[in-house]
Amino acid sequence: MSNDPIQQPDSGGHFGPYGGRYVPEILMAPLEEIERAYAEARQDAAFQAELAGLLANFAGRPTPIYECKRLSAILGGARLFLKREDLLHTGAHKINNCLGQVLLARRMGKTRIIAETGAGQHGVATATVCALFGLECVVYMGEEDMRRQRLNVFRMRLLGARVESVTSGSRTLKDAVSAAMRDWAANIENTHYLLGSALGAHPYPMMVRDFHRCTGDEARRQILAQAGRLPDSIVACVGGGSNAIGIFTAFIPDTQVSLIGVEAGGRGLTTGNHAARIAGGSPGVLQGAYSYLLQDDDGQVSLTHSVSAGLDYALIGPEHAWLHDQGRARYTNCTDVDALNAARTLARTEGIIPALESSHAVAEAIRLAPQAAGKIILVNLSGRGDKDTGIYRENFPELDTPDAQ
Amino acid sequence: MPSSNRIAEAFAAAKAQSRPALVAYLTAGDPSPERSASLALALHRGGAGILELGVPFSDPVADGPVIQQASDRALKAGTNVRRVLEIAAEIRRHSAMPIVLFSYLNPLMRYGFDALARDARDAGIDGCLITDLSVEEAAGPVSKLRAAGLDTVFLAAPTSTGRRLKLVSELSSGFVYVVSRTGVTGERSDVAASVEPLVNRIKSMTGKPLAVGFGVSKPEHVAAIGCYADGVIVGSAIMRIIEQNGHAPDLESRLEQFMRSLSGKEDSPR
Ligand SMILES: Cc1ncc(COP(=O)(O)O)c(C=O)c1O
Repeated sequence: MSNDPIQQPDSGGHFGPYGGRYVPEILMAPLEEIERAYAEARQDAAFQAELAGLLANFAGRPTPIYECKRLSAILGGARLFLKREDLLHTGAHKINNCLGQVLLARRMGKTRIIAETGAGQHGVATATVCALFGLECVVYMGEEDMRRQRLNVFRMRLLGARVESVTSGSRTLKDAVSAAMRDWAANIENTHYLLGSALGAHPYPMMVRDFHRCTGDEARRQILAQAGRLPDSIVACVGGGSNAIGIFTAFIPDTQVSLIGVEAGGRGLTTGNHAARIAGGSPGVLQGAYSYLLQDDDGQVSLTHSVSAGLDYALIGPEHAWLHDQGRARYTNCTDVDALNAARTLARTEGIIPALESSHAVAEAIRLAPQAAGKIILVNLSGRGDKDTGIYRENFPELDTPDAQ
Repeated sequence: MPSSNRIAEAFAAAKAQSRPALVAYLTAGDPSPERSASLALALHRGGAGILELGVPFSDPVADGPVIQQASDRALKAGTNVRRVLEIAAEIRRHSAMPIVLFSYLNPLMRYGFDALARDARDAGIDGCLITDLSVEEAAGPVSKLRAAGLDTVFLAAPTSTGRRLKLVSELSSGFVYVVSRTGVTGERSDVAASVEPLVNRIKSMTGKPLAVGFGVSKPEHVAAIGCYADGVIVGSAIMRIIEQNGHAPDLESRLEQFMRSLSGKEDSPR
């Protein structure tokens, strides 16, 4: 990979000042073990071939890109394209990383997999690959998220995973990550922590990015083939940042392509109820990495809010912090209400119900398109909306009456 | 060099009496910041030779439920780094017991290491242990803390490779905190058999005092570990007593008694 133009972190896992390894000493040994195993696997043709086979035949890659002609016409500006990660097996991009890491776990001789999940998509994808490889699977999920994403809890159980309810702290994603880290510290021998986003201590942000970069590699070829040129903008939602870094990576060297990450604006930045780390946070350390963090004046981690559980996390993945500081990517945010409305718009104009996380990216594209005549905007549609049907029902009660239109 | 030798003296004093130094962990601010100094002094009366004063953090990934909940209570009671430094200063006005500030990185980073090094020294703090600061990331904070005369204590774990144990013992000053077992903080019924060989391995690399913690909660543990280590660290067992008796007026005497029971000297207060 020496001729790969993609930016690599330094040997300590730093992207500029961000990233690194901020964990208790107990977890340093397994991180070093993963780093070694991954460095080998990366160069191992057999590993890469097995992963490519699973991505194609099990997960359903490549996913298409699709031009939203009706929606583009209605908005009257840019041509909107979607990268259809929502069509992947299990319904979101998360499966890319899970397949990569489960192969790595097997290579390291681990028999037990643990994971955190927010929306439940990563939990479902983890439970899925564990079923595929016959591995024990425990998924930590905040009590509040279990309530918000009941369907995914059941799917994980149906797949044979144990879902552990996390009742500490804010009972959401960051508390699930802490619970998974504690389990890992006690069970390093046989357990691999299958972290679900481009977060945590080195080598996770780099490794998770690598497992997702197929999204951007495919999309770049596809848009050149379909539109005859590169897009002007790429838009992706950013929770930890895995789907966004997955689609951004191939385009980072194409400096004419603007990269736009969309964070959860929640109830609006002025309310304090959001997860917009770039706009509302400052550099700090949480759960292994140094990056933009929502924190109070005392360095305590703030409670975040988003209607979408997958974006509801206080730290942004470290490579995004660096892309932001360098000015290579721009980070914006979108409120709960705008995301919900974007989901309905996409459903009604294109027949695609997006995941609430992905709806944040759709909303940004809808906002940009009218003033972008002649431009091409490519949105990473990271997941489908089945899991969010309950939240859509709650928020569109007018569609849920006997005589609704 | 540290501006005071309180930590070294505490280990030397214990050694002279052929016993391990007792290190007591206390989450500052639980049940309330006003009570903390008084609780620390009670631990000292009961035989604690060194105090680890814990800064509460919202996301304590290395801690089990007892210390997690202690942190939650301390945060609800309004404890922050500034308040913890005040508590340390209050303890120092009444006692020469060495104090090690025990924290996760983010609250200290937010306070700023230049300010922290100065203010901690002025408060009479002797050293600092930052749970989630790996030796790889430690150069900046360590140079600032050391320049102010503070010791820097790092964790050595059963999972640490030889290379890492060496780094940890080199970067530690005052003592090395030897984590007795994998997992998180919390009381255990017995001490892992693997601790003694781990301690001996580190002894072959450094002459610095070695204190063993994680899971220590009983007099038998203290006696067993005391045979091969210089210090024994007790945390969750103390915080559980506080959890169960937070508002009892006799909490201080319960803590004092507990510490006394650990050193096996219930009848003869020092
Ligand atoms: C569909 C979907 N998109 C996006 C995310 C956010 O994660 P990331 O920023 O790592 O892509 C999630 C997380 O659960 C998700 O389920």
